[in-house]
Parts: sequence; C-alpha cells; structure tokens
Amino acid sequence: MLDKPKRKNPVLRTRLPTLPPAARSRAALGLTAAAALGRFELQQCRDCGTVQYPPREACQQCLSIHLQWHPQSGDGELLSSTLLHHSNDLFFRERLPWRLGLVQLDCGPTVVAHLHGGVPPAPARVRVAARLDRAGQAVLVALPEKETSNMADDRQLREFTCDPKFRKVLVTDGKTAAGQAIVKALAQAGAEIIWVGYAEPWKKFSGFDALSKVSQVSLLPLDVTDSKNVRELAAEIGGKVDILINNAEHHRAFGIGNRPGVETARAEMDVNYFGLLRLAQEFGPAMRARGADGLASAAAWVNVLSIYALANFPPHGTFSASMAAAHSLAQCLRAEMRPAGVRVVNVFPGPLDDEWNQLLPPPKVAAAGLAGAIVGALRDGVEDVYPGDVAQEWLARWRDNPKALERELSS
Amino acid sequence: MTRKGYEGVAVAVPVTVPYVRYSIRAAHWWLARCISEILKSAGLKKDAIDGLSVSSFTLAPDTAIGLTQHLGLSPRWLDHLPLGGASGVVALRRAARAVQAGDADIVACIAGDTNHVDSFRLTLANFSQFARDAVYPYGAGGPNASFAFLTAYYMRVYGATREDFGKLCVAQRANALKYPHALFKKPLTLEEYLSARAIAEPLHLFDCVMPCAGAEGFLVLSEERAKALGIPFAALMGTIERHNAYAADPVQMRAGWALDREDLYAQAGAGPGDMDFVQTYDDYPVISLLQLEDLGFCAKGEAPAFVREHSFTHDGSFPLNTSGGQLSVGQAGAAGGFLGMVEALRQLTGQAQARQVKDAKLGLVSGFGMINFDRGLGSGAAILRC
Repeated sequence: MLDKPKRKNPVLRTRLPTLPPAARSRAALGLTAAAALGRFELQQCRDCGTVQYPPREACQQCLSIHLQWHPQSGDGELLSSTLLHHSNDLFFRERLPWRLGLVQLDCGPTVVAHLHGGVPPAPARVRVAARLDRAGQAVLVALPEKETSNMADDRQLREFTCDPKFRKVLVTDGKTAAGQAIVKALAQAGAEIIWVGYAEPWKKFSGFDALSKVSQVSLLPLDVTDSKNVRELAAEIGGKVDILINNAEHHRAFGIGNRPGVETARAEMDVNYFGLLRLAQEFGPAMRARGADGLASAAAWVNVLSIYALANFPPHGTFSASMAAAHSLAQCLRAEMRPAGVRVVNVFPGPLDDEWNQLLPPPKVAAAGLAGAIVGALRDGVEDVYPGDVAQEWLARWRDNPKALERELSS
Repeated sequence: MTRKGYEGVAVAVPVTVPYVRYSIRAAHWWLARCISEILKSAGLKKDAIDGLSVSSFTLAPDTAIGLTQHLGLSPRWLDHLPLGGASGVVALRRAARAVQAGDADIVACIAGDTNHVDSFRLTLANFSQFARDAVYPYGAGGPNASFAFLTAYYMRVYGATREDFGKLCVAQRANALKYPHALFKKPLTLEEYLSARAIAEPLHLFDCVMPCAGAEGFLVLSEERAKALGIPFAALMGTIERHNAYAADPVQMRAGWALDREDLYAQAGAGPGDMDFVQTYDDYPVISLLQLEDLGFCAKGEAPAFVREHSFTHDGSFPLNTSGGQLSVGQAGAAGGFLGMVEALRQLTGQAQARQVKDAKLGLVSGFGMINFDRGLGSGAAILRC
C-alpha cells in the first residue's frame, strides 16, 4: 500500500519530466485510440478471425489486409517475467527496478507487458489491459487476475494513471451540483487538498456549508472570465496543483434565430472557451514543470466539455459552438502538456440533469454520475470520457457516420 | 530434389579488425580496414574482388552499394545482409553459390559496426517496427529484457540453474584469454559470475554481451584459385538457413535448427558426434543451450545435463566458442554474426595459436539473429572441413 508522500523538501531540485519512448507506427496507434477510451482492442482479421499482435498491415495467417480493431479479453497466462535493473532510456532509468512480463493471451498472441507487482511468479493467470503511458501512447499492463486491495497503489501502475489519491486538486466551479459532486468524489478518492473555486463570492450559494465541512476543501474566489483573478490564484497555488478540473460552464439554450444579438454567445465563449484559455496560460506552465515531481506529481488536466462538442445540437446551438471551440483548444493543450507527461482528460457528458437542460428528455447525467466518471477516468488513465447513455449513443453514431449524425440532430 | 553440394568452394582468409569498446569512426572505416586486411593476407589487389557481401547495422543510411563507391570497388555480385547474428552463415552460403555458378570469382564477406557512446541506444530504439511499437516502450531494456524472458522460462521449464549458464561463461573466458583480440582479458571465476550485479533478472552482468566496435571478414573463392594463391582454406560441407520458424510457439524454446538439422547433417555426410568443435551464437548463454539441443548434441531440455557433463575449453571434452565467443570477445554489431565463422576458419587452417583444438578437422558454426519482437527470427548453421 502506498504511504502518504512526505512533505516536499523545498531546497531539493524538482526533477524535470522525461517521457517513455513515444515513437509508434500508424498501425500501432489503433491501440492508443482504444486505450484513450479505456478499451483493450487488438487487430483481428475480418476474413479468418486471427487476432494479431504487434499491430501490422496484413494478417499473419491469411495475408488479408482487412484487419479491424476489436475489443479482446485480456485474460492470459504469464509465461515469464524479468526485473530490469538497467535501461537504455532516461524515463525508465529514473524508475528502476522495473518489472516486465511475457504473457500469452487466451485470444492467441504473446505480448510483452508492464507487470503489476501483485502478480505472482510465472506461471500465473493475469489480465492484460491497455493503458496510456506518460507519453500519451498505449502500452499493455498485466494485472493480477482478480482485483486486489490497493491495486491502484502499485508504483508502476501509478505511472500510467492519474489517481487523485494523495494529490492536490483544483476544481474551478464549486457552485453547481456537478461541481459539488466532483469535490465529494475526490475527497472519497483520497485527494490531499481540494481547492474549490467559486465566482461572485459576495453571493452565498446552496451547498456552500456542506462544501466547507469537507476537511480537505479550501474555498477560493475564482472567476474564469477575470484574467487578473486567474493570474493571482495561479501565483498563489499554481505550483502545488497536481490535477486541475475545469468544470466552469456557461450554458443557455437556443441557436441563432431565437435570440437576437451576440451577448449570450459571447458570455458562453468567455467562460467555456476563453476561461479555459486563461486557466491554461496561467496554470499550464507550473504544472508542466512538475510532471515528474515524485509520487504526487502534476498529473492531469480535466476539461468538462459536452457531447455537443462533437456535433452541433441546434436547440443549444451557440453553447455547442463554444464547446467545439473549447474541445479544439483542449487538443492544443493536450499537445502542449504532453512533454511534461501531464494528461489532458476531456469529458464529454450527455445532457446534465440541470436547469439548462430542463426541456430535454431523459436519460440525463446526474451530478454524481459525472463525478464518478471523472474520478474513474483519472484512476484508469483514460483520456476521453463519454458519461451517460446519450453521450455513448452520440459517440457511436458519430464514429459510424458524422454526416448522418448531423442530419439526425437537425431533424 | 536433392540439394546440390558445395564442391569446389574454398573458404579462407579469416580476418579480424581488433575491437574497441567505443569508436569515433564510422562503420565504413571498420569495413574498409577489414577489406584491406583481407587483401593483404591473401596477397590480392582490390580489383580481384568481384563479389562483395556486407553486414552492418551502423552503416545506415548507406548499404552495401554505397560502400562500393566509398571504397572504390566495382563488384559484379553484391549482397547486403541485414540479418545480424545469422549473417555469417548466410553470407557464406550465398557467396558459395555465386562462386559455384561463376557469377563471381572471389567474394569478400565482411561484417562490421562502429559503436559510438550513444549508438547502441539509437539502434535499439529503431531496431524494427515491432520492437519500436511493442518492446522498446517497455523499459527500453533491449535484448537484455528479451533474453531474460527466455532464460527465466528455460530455467523454470527445464531446470537450468545460474551455475549451468555460468559454467559456459567461465569456460569461454578461459578460451578468450588465449585469443589476443578478446576485449576481456581477466579470468572469470564462477563465484564472480554468480555475484555479479543483476541486469535484467535472471540475467546478471556476465550473461550479457558488451557492445563494441569491430569488424570480421573472410573470402569465398574456388579451390583452384585458393590453391593458386597459396592460401590455406576450409571446404564447405553443408549449410542451413531458416527464418521465423515455429511462429506459433508462445515462447521461443527452439529455432530453425531443429527444423533443418537433418538436412544439414545429410548434406555434410556427418553427424553431431563427428564435430571437433562447435561455435554457437552466444549473445546470452541460454541461446547456446538452445543451439546445442536443436542441432542434436542433446535432446530438448537436456542441455543443462549436457553442460554439467562437459568442459567447453578448447582443450576440453566439447570445445565450444574457442575464441571466447561474443560473451568474452565483445559484440561488434553484425560482426558478432561472423565471429564464430572466422574462428572456425582459424581452427581449420591451423591459425588458432594457443587455443588450437587438437586435430580439428570438422567444425560446426551456428548463427542466430534479429530479435524483431519477442524472439530471434533468423537461424542458420554451416559445417566446414579442412
């Protein structure tokens, strides 16, 4: 079990982040695409069904070029293991010794995998999963066959996840039910400090007292539309934030024709897009510098977006546009945070069960459901999360045929 | 169809460009020295070389054809072999056919690599698409990690111990002490072997080859030509080559030798018991054990008992890797695939000096190369007679 990290000695140098080897063939990026969603997929031949690994361009059995990525069971047998005491790569050299396993999957191939400390010596049954490493690329990890207590505390596994346990988190908006549920979930997950922002501090909001009672919580005035406020807060706590969760949102209904003027659209952009930009400019550099700061390093930046970011939902047309803009900026942020190994997690919920989605039919995402999805993504090292049945369905339709989804949403 | 033999082919002029741990020179420098050493030893002029076979990792971005311009050669037969540890056997068998067919009269087979301080890491990172996608991101341990898996599996399934592997390493070091070009010049005891630091468990320091710079080469030509030149030579009795054998095995416990050994011995008209010495490919001791089994010196899984029964020095009961092997000489990249061949030629032509195997008439050289993903893909073997 992981011990609480000791208080940092401020005299010691903070190690600069290094990354594991990131180069991959285009074929291998299919593994990354699935791992980003928390899935374990391998190529399978459409014609003869053979499962392939490592990723390739043609079937090793029948030479078919029709290889498709399909979810696979990761069950397998550990054939052999090694403990590396030497590595040719800086990232691993700083983390030795490092345990690796050779696993034969029940679905066929033999794979090399990072080996969880809880797996007994070979032969042993294991469960192989795909995880994103600090370079943002998929790697395979072999886990104990059955969930064990404190499994997430494994030193190697923690390099692939952004577990909130013992980490210091900033949640940018504590005024909403969703924000408060996120804080509660983080507290339960063992976050060490949770800074909670709230705009317009002269107005008391419902839930304020309950938030104040959570021992890890520290409430701070934060308005993401106020550049000076964001800058000053970053100067105060930016060097300590390990996980930043930006859930500040401005949401109004209607598209173009039903509301004159640009004020509402501008307000949505000011929070949803420029708010993210302000936070990224002020908090990003400090988090990038702390990507390798021990067991509780800077680890993740979470953007709570909307499934409307993928395709415009005309009844919420300007909000959709602001979320599409925020999504695009989040991809830029992801690229800029990657050299530090800090993961950008984008959350695309279906409509939340709140005032602004009153007229939408169920199912809607409950505040606790959103919070659980965020903490789950951090623990599992997932990069893109689509909480709720609506989001899952839209995602499936969008992946299948984006043009068809556009028509379906406008009818 | 019966395979044609290698009648009339002579293999001669074993040459080593002395190894160094690190070199600031390019691979071209090492290969150039190798060619010029071959010419000097054979008493030939450059123009006499009309066939060239080149093996090298660090020659990139050049290949054999670029080397012809670099060295001012104009061969009418050219081969580039990116086969690592299998390159020595493969270079020989292809060159032998070229000479038999008259496509070339004198083929220089050369292998060499440089070793800059950071070049081994760069070679590993870009070794193959599968390695880059599915091995290197896992700890970047290189071949140490791959062979650690094989060694651990072999130990678990067949009961080999560290002492068994250590016995080979210690014997090879004793051989190396009589080989002037070996980089390791101090005796090795079993105690030192066992107490060395761990590299990739169960592998420890003396289980792993040391990358270095160097080159090896030899000539393939007709017997008449060799006699006319007055150079001692060996005859080629039989060869095999196989790639990606037993692909369905979940872990590599055998390679192409097991598939093709009967072919090898039938072509050579000799069996394993007739060999006066054996040169295995030995970047890690476990792979020597697999070769002893797959080439029929003992049954699968019985190499540990075989190791316990024999001594492996040049004057022992089973002379093995008589120049010290890569484990005690050093691994000069692709030249590691030539080391055993060059040593076999020295043994068969009476040039092995203090480590000469008594009455060595028949020897077997084995090659193994290219850990593309989880296993070595290429294997080959050749039997030579003096």
